[in-house]
Amino acid sequence: MKLRIGFGSCGIAAGALDIKKSVEEEILRRGLDLDAEITGCVGMCHNEPLLDVLDDSGNVYTYGKVTTDAVKLIFDRQIEGNQPVEEYLVATAERPNDFLSGQVRLALRNCGVINPEKIDDYMDQGGYKALHQAVAEMSAQEIIAQIKESGLRGRGGAGFPTWFKWQAALQNRSDVKYVVCNADEGDPGAFMDRSLLEGDPHSVLEGMAIAGRAIGAAIGIIYVRAEYPLAIKRLEIAIEQARERKLLGKGILDSKFNFDILIKKGAGAFVCGEETALIASLEGERGMPRLKPPFPAQSGYWGRPTNINNVETYANVPWIISQGAGEFNSMGTDKSPGTKVFALAGKIKRGGLVEVPMGIPLRQVIFKLGDGIKNDRRFKAVQMGGPSGGCIPEQLLDTPVDYDSITRTGAIMGSGGMVVMDETTCMVDVARFFLDFTRKESCGKCVQCRIGTKRMLEILERICRGEGREGDIELLQSMAVKVKEGSLCGLGQSAPNPVLTTIRYFRDEYEAHIRDKKCPARQCKALISYHIDPELCRGCGRCARKCPVGCISGEKKKPHAIDPERCIKCGTCLEVCPPKYHAVFVE
Amino acid sequence: MGCSCQHEQTLLDDKKELLEDVISAYKGKAGSLVAVLQDVQGICGYLPQPVMRWLGKELGIKPAKIYGVATFYTQFRLTPVGKYLIMLCQGTACHVNGAERIETAVSRELKISSGETTDDGVFTLDTVACLGCCSLAPVMMINGRAYGPLTPDGAVKIVKDIYKKETQSGGEVQ
Repeated sequence: MKLRIGFGSCGIAAGALDIKKSVEEEILRRGLDLDAEITGCVGMCHNEPLLDVLDDSGNVYTYGKVTTDAVKLIFDRQIEGNQPVEEYLVATAERPNDFLSGQVRLALRNCGVINPEKIDDYMDQGGYKALHQAVAEMSAQEIIAQIKESGLRGRGGAGFPTWFKWQAALQNRSDVKYVVCNADEGDPGAFMDRSLLEGDPHSVLEGMAIAGRAIGAAIGIIYVRAEYPLAIKRLEIAIEQARERKLLGKGILDSKFNFDILIKKGAGAFVCGEETALIASLEGERGMPRLKPPFPAQSGYWGRPTNINNVETYANVPWIISQGAGEFNSMGTDKSPGTKVFALAGKIKRGGLVEVPMGIPLRQVIFKLGDGIKNDRRFKAVQMGGPSGGCIPEQLLDTPVDYDSITRTGAIMGSGGMVVMDETTCMVDVARFFLDFTRKESCGKCVQCRIGTKRMLEILERICRGEGREGDIELLQSMAVKVKEGSLCGLGQSAPNPVLTTIRYFRDEYEAHIRDKKCPARQCKALISYHIDPELCRGCGRCARKCPVGCISGEKKKPHAIDPERCIKCGTCLEVCPPKYHAVFVE
Repeated sequence: MGCSCQHEQTLLDDKKELLEDVISAYKGKAGSLVAVLQDVQGICGYLPQPVMRWLGKELGIKPAKIYGVATFYTQFRLTPVGKYLIMLCQGTACHVNGAERIETAVSRELKISSGETTDDGVFTLDTVACLGCCSLAPVMMINGRAYGPLTPDGAVKIVKDIYKKETQSGGEVQ
C-alpha cells in the first residue's frame, strides 16, 4: 500500500502541506510501514487537496477536498479496515469520474502519477527510453522524419509544424546550436506548462535532449517564468538527477552525444513569449522582438541556429519516439494530430487541467469534463488563446478543438487557456480587460501597437463608463486593422482579436452600452446601481453591517435603504443579503 | 518620506560583499544582465539607484542600459518592498471571478493602493498579470504562497492574521 499527495502549486495553495503533515503523523502514530509520496497535479484542481491511496493490488482510490479530519477517517477505515471513505472519494478504478475518463493523457501521462522529484519514478514509467533510442539507434534525419510523420504542431499557440523548425535548424550549419524551451507561460488564464513542469519535468528534459540530438545542439536552455518557483525547483532537481545518470552532460548514455540544460528565469514580460523577444531577453537585453527573417533556426541565440519549442511540445516528443508516429497521428484530426492540454478556468464547475484528443467539440470539454457552469448559470462565451485569442459564443460550441477550426471562429487555439464566462460577464469589459493587458505589455517598438492599443483601450473605457458614442464600434474595427497590420510581432498582430470577436458575436452588448447606457451583464459600475426592495427587506441589518462605506441605513426590522451618492457599487450588500429575503437588486 | 539616497548608499555599503559575489559569478559572461539584476534584487529587495550605478561600473555597462532593462521587466522594482509582498492576481479567470473586489477590500484594509507600501513597512501591495493558479481564482500570493479561492472578507482576514502574527512576534515591525 502507498499514499500519494497532490503537490502541485494548486494543491499546496489548497492546503496539501497540512495534509502531508497529518498523513506523516498518522503513519508515525499508528506505527505503519507506509510510503507517502508527493506527486504533481493530476488536473483536478477543483478537488484539491487530493490524496490517493494505492492498495496492494494496484487499485487507486482518489480522495478529494481532503481535510486533516478526512485523513484520520481514511486511515481508520481504508488503510486499517480496507473500507473506502465514500464521503471524500472522487474516483476509483471501477468508478472513474467524468473528468478523468473523458481524457487521453499523453503530455500529462505522468502528472499526478509519479513523484516528480524522483528520476526512478519517471524511468519506471518508461522514461528516457526514447532518448536511448534516439541516441543509439536513430540518425538525426530519422528522428525528424518520425516527428514529421507524427504531424506534431507547436503547442505554444501558433501551431507551426515542429519538424519543419527542427529540419531548418539541422540544415543551418554551425559548430554551436541551441535548443530553447519556451516556458514563459504569460497568457493570463493558462497554467498547462506550470503543471507539466511541476508534475513531470523529466519529460521536458528528455524531449529537449532528443531535439538536441536531432538538430546537432549541445546546449539546451529553459526560459521559465520567475513567477513559477516550484516549477524551477523541480526542474533543478530533475536536471541534477539526469546528470548523475549520464542522461544529460557529456557522453550521454556512453555515446558521443553531449547535451546539457540550463535554466534562465524570465523577469516578467509577456512579449518574451515571442521567439525573437525571448532570445533578446536570454541575451540580457530588453525583450523586444525583431523582424523575421532571419528566423531563429537561422540566426537565434547569439546569432546561432536555435530551435525554440514550447513545454508541451517537448513533453510530446519522447512519447512519439517511443510509441511511434503512427500511434500519435491516429489520434486527433488529420491536420491537428494528437492531443492538447487545456486549462479550464473561469465560471466553470470543475476547473483544472484536461488533455483531450484534438477535434472533440468544445461543448464536450466544457460541459462533460468541466461539468458546465458554476451555480447553474447560463453559458455565454469561452475565451481561448488569451490576449491573442477571442471569445467563442454559445452558437459555436460544437466547433471541434483543432487549430484550424478554432482560428475560423476568430479566436486561436493558443497555448490552451480556456476561460469560461457566464451571463454575469460583460463582454465589453472582457475586451477592455485584454486591451488593458496588451497595452501594458506592448514593448513599445511599433507605433501602431504602442499607441493604437492605448487609443483602443480609451474608447473601450469610455464605453464602459457610459460615454460611448455612435461610431465607436466602427472606429474600434478600423483601428484594429491598423494595429494588426502595423505591428511586427504576434503581440500587436493579435492584440485586437478579443475586441474583434466580442464585436462580432456580442455587438448587441456594445450597442446597449453605447445607446441605452446599460450594461446587460450588470458589471460596468458606472452603468448600474444597487437598490433594496422595501417590500422584501426585513431589516436584518446584515448589509448595513457589511457595507464597507457605511452607506446603508435603516431602523432595526424596518426596510433599509442605500445612499446612492456614497455607494461604491462593490456588491457586498447583494452578496450578504440572505437568500430568503433576496431584497437587494441591481439595475 | 524624505530623500532616500543616504539610506540607499548605506544599503550598497552594507551588502557590498554579497553584491561582489554576484559580480564575480557573472563577470565576463555575456548576456547575464537580467540574471544579475534578479540576484541583486534578491539581496537588496529592490534595485536602488546607487547599486545600479555601481553595477554599471563593475560590469562595464552604461547605467542607462541597466535602467532600461530594469524598467522593462515587471519583476524589477525601483522602490523598497515591505516585509510581505502581496501580489493580487489580475488574470482572466480571477478577473471574471471578482478580482477587483478583492483588490478594493485589501486596499481599504491596508489603506494603500497597488504599488504602495504601508508606512510601517510590513506590506507592499502589487498586482500581477497571472499567477497561473487559475482554478483557484480569485487568487493572491503573499511571499510566494498562493491563497485562493478568495472572498473580499477572506482576503482581509488572511492579511489581518499575518499582521497579528507580526506584531505579536514583536520587535520586527518598525
